[in-house]
Amino acid sequence: MNITVYVSRDSGALAVGAEAVANAILAQAAERGITVDLVRNGSRGLYWLEPLVEVETAEGRVAYGPVDRDDVPGLFEADFLHGGAHPLAQGLTEEIPYLKAQQRLTFRRVGITDPLSLDDYRAYEGYRGLTQALEMTPAEIVAAVTESGLRGRGGAAFPTGIKWNTVLEAVGEPKYIVCNADEGDSGTFSDRMVMEGDPYLLIEGMAIAGLAVGAEQGYIYLRSEYPHAEAILNEAIARAGAAGYLGDNLRGSGKRFHLEVRRAAGAYVCGEETALLESLEGKRGQVRAKPPLPAIKGLFQRPTVVNNVISLASVPAILDKGPAFYRDYGMGRSRGTLPIQLTGNIRRGGLVELGFGVSLKELLYDYGGGTASGRPIKAVQVGGPLGAYLPAEQFDIPLDYEAFIAAQGTVGHGGIVVFDDTADMAHMARHAMAFCAVESCGKCTPCRIGSTRGVELLDRIIAERDKGTDSAQVTLLRELCDTLLNGSLCALGGMTPFPVLSALEHFPADFGLVAETAHA
Amino acid sequence: MSNNINNTERFHSIVETVIERHRHRPGALLPVLHDIQEALGFIPSATVGQIAGGLNLSRAEVHGVISFYHDFRYAPGPQVRICMGEACQSMGSAALLSQATEILGDGVEPVYCLGNCACAPNIDISHAYHGRMSQEKLASLLAREVAA
Repeated sequence: MNITVYVSRDSGALAVGAEAVANAILAQAAERGITVDLVRNGSRGLYWLEPLVEVETAEGRVAYGPVDRDDVPGLFEADFLHGGAHPLAQGLTEEIPYLKAQQRLTFRRVGITDPLSLDDYRAYEGYRGLTQALEMTPAEIVAAVTESGLRGRGGAAFPTGIKWNTVLEAVGEPKYIVCNADEGDSGTFSDRMVMEGDPYLLIEGMAIAGLAVGAEQGYIYLRSEYPHAEAILNEAIARAGAAGYLGDNLRGSGKRFHLEVRRAAGAYVCGEETALLESLEGKRGQVRAKPPLPAIKGLFQRPTVVNNVISLASVPAILDKGPAFYRDYGMGRSRGTLPIQLTGNIRRGGLVELGFGVSLKELLYDYGGGTASGRPIKAVQVGGPLGAYLPAEQFDIPLDYEAFIAAQGTVGHGGIVVFDDTADMAHMARHAMAFCAVESCGKCTPCRIGSTRGVELLDRIIAERDKGTDSAQVTLLRELCDTLLNGSLCALGGMTPFPVLSALEHFPADFGLVAETAHA
Repeated sequence: MSNNINNTERFHSIVETVIERHRHRPGALLPVLHDIQEALGFIPSATVGQIAGGLNLSRAEVHGVISFYHDFRYAPGPQVRICMGEACQSMGSAALLSQATEILGDGVEPVYCLGNCACAPNIDISHAYHGRMSQEKLASLLAREVAA
């Protein structure tokens, strides 16, 4: 029997050399007259070990990593095809503590299966949710999602079931399912991992959403920075259609659902749902005033579900295993699991899926192992470019939507970016304003003009900080942030003050202030 | 001069094919612009009227969309992009951006964000992403991959 070897096709793994490793393994095997079955799986999310090479053995998959192409002859010498000892050996993949301690519901297949194999997908419980849904009424599907407690994983954390119910009850045909795959937040890649590593999961989730609200057309609005995800999704959609999981007759039920990928064009603001809809319609990605909600008047003014990738990918398990199974994970009003992304200056960066309630401290030190640089952690930014900067004193905060709101931050899409003690937080505050200025859609004044004024103010503060306190500039910055917070049309302008004010609050010395002045 | 005429004809014929491919899709403008740019490397400003006519839009609407999105350009884009998302900044991408800018000038642009934040810092050279970048690796990649 041939030996099966796994090397990821995830674009994160490819960016650190997985393709060269895969080719080297095939070349070495050919040279030695050995036949191996090379499977290009998704990533396990153990990114510090990528490129990760796994070998199927009687005990389970054995892992080696991070493997450089130059390591490959040595791996063959060490008989890695039978789990041989080697300095890069990590033991059984499933026993690696980082992975073993996780609660992988949404990510249960990612890194295990061949992403495009429908047989693999079904062998690991795939399409059981859709099978259930085809037996249920729309109202029953919506009720199951509502009972699960699932809230939008894109950042806004709105209850998914309530949104679906609004679309179900809305008058107007046709209705649409739109997947927001414009994962623009720095520090996040969980959407990408699902789309590249388990595309049928998203396709299944969207088909279920279509059955739930009576929509027959879905769009995946995918950021252009994810070309690998686009290729994999398009291939998966074609194969799912050929097998009757999409199209005019879903599994012989007579129900229809069609799906199409639409490529975005590099505008961060199109992650905002109304700007996304404008963009899908072929227009400038300018934010719409709400109401009307997209659930009532969304794409082409029709009732539309707009959900993040992870929200939709959470649905099949809820239908398959029941809402209580999902709801039993988590804490407070944050139910289920969150795929957390550990990124930036961190020793063990990667994907950690856990029930809500885990503390930052556990994530940063037990999972992450501290900084990559070996220096102390100065700050972490949670929830993307619009998330707050938190100092070490706040690392006891649990990952919970309400706990982060209370700390004037956001869980967002679950990204955590780590900075060591060399980071200049005034510079990062300036970056937040500059990012808002570059990405503002221009529709509302606080965001369009305020972000530019914010950059100017922070330039002045930074230029003068060595000369000591200039509290007048800081007062002005606070007033400007107040205007942005309360006067912006969407979260881009409305949340840009989060990183700015939290940096000012927790790291006043970086702004040339003593602590008391910062609080004044 | 004859080269320019040939180019203009070539542009219009490609744009016509692309419009024909997408004109019946709802919200066709972005797919059309992406395909034109993929074929030509940029969107020739001389084709804006043709695009507008083909999709029953005004020239202002087409120009408005092209100028709104970072991806769409009236001239060929940079060969190198350096990710300046916070995760890459925490690992020193600002120094990479200055280093590349010194060598390539306008041939470099910042990008927010390539989505490989656990392997920061990241760069994009001719649509291939490279993670865990260092100043040494960048220097050798630029020497190897980027036309002087």
